[in-house]
Amino acid sequence: MTMADLPLDADIFDTLQDTMGEGFVEDLVNTFLEEAPGLIKEMKAAMVVGDADKFRRGAHSLKSNANVFGATDLAKQARQLELGGLNSDNGPQIEALEDRYAEASAALIEWRDG
Amino acid sequence: MAETGQRLLIVDDNKVNRLLLSRSVEMLGHHAEIAENGRLAMARLNKEAFDLLLLDIEMPEMDGFEVLEALKADLALRDLPVIVTSSVEGLENIVRCIELGAEDYLPKPVNKTLLEARINSCLEKKRLRDEQRRLLQRFATREVAQDLAEQGFSIGGRRVEASILFCDIRGFTALSEAQTPEESIEFLNAYYTLMFDAIANHGGIVTLMIGDGLMAVFGAPQALENTAVSAVSAAQDMFAMMADFNSERIAAGAPAIRIGAGIATGEVVAGYAGTEARASYTCIGRTVNLAARLEAHTKAIGCELLIDETTKNGLGATLESRLIQGVEFTGFSEVMDVYSIAT
Repeated sequence: MTMADLPLDADIFDTLQDTMGEGFVEDLVNTFLEEAPGLIKEMKAAMVVGDADKFRRGAHSLKSNANVFGATDLAKQARQLELGGLNSDNGPQIEALEDRYAEASAALIEWRDG
Repeated sequence: MAETGQRLLIVDDNKVNRLLLSRSVEMLGHHAEIAENGRLAMARLNKEAFDLLLLDIEMPEMDGFEVLEALKADLALRDLPVIVTSSVEGLENIVRCIELGAEDYLPKPVNKTLLEARINSCLEKKRLRDEQRRLLQRFATREVAQDLAEQGFSIGGRRVEASILFCDIRGFTALSEAQTPEESIEFLNAYYTLMFDAIANHGGIVTLMIGDGLMAVFGAPQALENTAVSAVSAAQDMFAMMADFNSERIAAGAPAIRIGAGIATGEVVAGYAGTEARASYTCIGRTVNLAARLEAHTKAIGCELLIDETTKNGLGATLESRLIQGVEFTGFSEVMDVYSIAT
């Protein structure tokens, strides 16, 4: 299995596989794909009710996980939301986050099923 | 090199991180347990023993900072090594972790080689600290060891209200002449085990052992509600234990052992005396001298337990005692009333 797509940093992803084992990374990818949509959903819900802590925690988790796989663009976007917190730009920001997640998850799925 | 097979608790609210850290820990040959937030982690730490904590900071319910604070405030958990693994932003947050007692901070995603080095180093430090503590407890009492752990070591004393108990064996010299030195040591060990139990059960500590004599302090380094009651109760237990001990000896054809004890209550100066290199926890002052004199006086008047007036006043009316008026003690200018307690 090789990394073809840009949403994932090949060096980071290869190192993860080398140190943790391919089978385990597959489990980890599946866990991330299960958990991440929930995190984004929680962030949106936090935006609606104005729960800044929950919003920040969601962005923080997503950033942290994206960094594990080398999903650098996703991590960057999540970090921006973590540091920026709740504000009037959240709408377009969360859309961008969803786009970055779509790209990263597609690359992860491609790796897994490839 | 630290031993493998240690128990680590991983505290992280994120499933991907928990999986990754558990796997890394297990690949190092250790056992990983998980908790999903600080509150759940504290509940487990209060029930089970762990060798090391891997702690996230951003968590719902109870975050990593709050866990570090709770650990610091808990005597039983304050020495548990903690490695913070987090992708929390800001240098001030990392500094805060270290200031709250974390051994180390590893940014996420955690580098496996770095994690391995940190875990090994922490476990090795913990092993050495545990060993040191075991040694300390062998040569000092639990209370003194705890006082040292809490207050640190410094030569010097502080004034405290305490009860001092002296006790020795009647005719020990004659007794030891009738048996081999090995038999004497064995006998003394059995005797000290009984006496230490009686004293420790009432919150006292033994600060001095000389041959067959011992001195115990009640009320330092840790305060007791009523030092007089504790000391007299301990003495009564000592006599009761000696009675059992003697029935066994008599059954084995050996002579009975008789002991005498004196107790005085009042201000003492308690602390570490000696040098920076070698010191012991001790108490000095008029109260200590008086307790020693009272113990010696039991031989002179043929009773078993003598206490001073302050101790008597601390006991309340429940205990039967016999007043002995106008006793003069070497080194004390005033004539004193003392009390003999039935044992």
